[in-house]
Amino acid sequence: MNKLRRLLLKSGGASGAVAIALATGLLRPSQVFALERNIGAFESKSVADVLKLLGAADAAASQDIIIKAPEMADNGMVVPIEVTSRIPGATSITLLAEKNPFPLVAHTEFSNGASAYLNTRIKLSQSSPVTAVITAGDKKYVVSTEVKVTIGGCGG
Amino acid sequence: MSGAMKIRARMADGIADVAVLMMHPMETGQRKDPRTGQTIPAHFIQKVTATVNERQVLVAQWGAAVSKNPLLGFRVEGAKAGDKLVITWEDNLGEKSRAEATIA
Repeated sequence: MNKLRRLLLKSGGASGAVAIALATGLLRPSQVFALERNIGAFESKSVADVLKLLGAADAAASQDIIIKAPEMADNGMVVPIEVTSRIPGATSITLLAEKNPFPLVAHTEFSNGASAYLNTRIKLSQSSPVTAVITAGDKKYVVSTEVKVTIGGCGG
Repeated sequence: MSGAMKIRARMADGIADVAVLMMHPMETGQRKDPRTGQTIPAHFIQKVTATVNERQVLVAQWGAAVSKNPLLGFRVEGAKAGDKLVITWEDNLGEKSRAEATIA
């Protein structure tokens, strides 16, 4: 992890200008994410902090987001997750595994006709809510589903 | 083996349905080698992009919790058979990969 940290820090130099642009309000966080990795959010161990860093702390619960995930996963190393959003104008899906050591799993932005749909496989260290945050315009929406894991997908 | 990708892209009901399988260990940096007890360094894909006819349709930032040999499935409206799809990824160690496919 230290090596990774150093790598991230090394590559973080270029993000200074972005930080300034952010601070001065030239760029909104959602616009920056596509270009620059939100290192703080990926390294954060707290779900609340991740949501805050994503600007999604006050995301509204939505029934127009569907997470398809197994209720019970035998193997936490490979848990299939499918997210479909029916929210008009949705442009990104962010996936969180709340009980993982680092809850932020993936952030995906869609453009030029790509619909807010994602099919992937993630690791869960233990039984956990899996949360999807959707961006549509300047609004965030959120939905969670619980996945029970028999054998965890970290460590070992 | 790192670097290889398998891409399936085909039209279904006017929408391009894309599935990409990337060969990558996706090491979290949390696992220990059971023989040596040494931590296995983190090695995971951090950024993925997809373009259709050179227009960006998807950009993703990943953490280490995406499963080994990642699957990425997505859908593109307005694409058509014959369009060129390009997928790229870059990992935390600076390794890169690029693959092309034609939407069928």
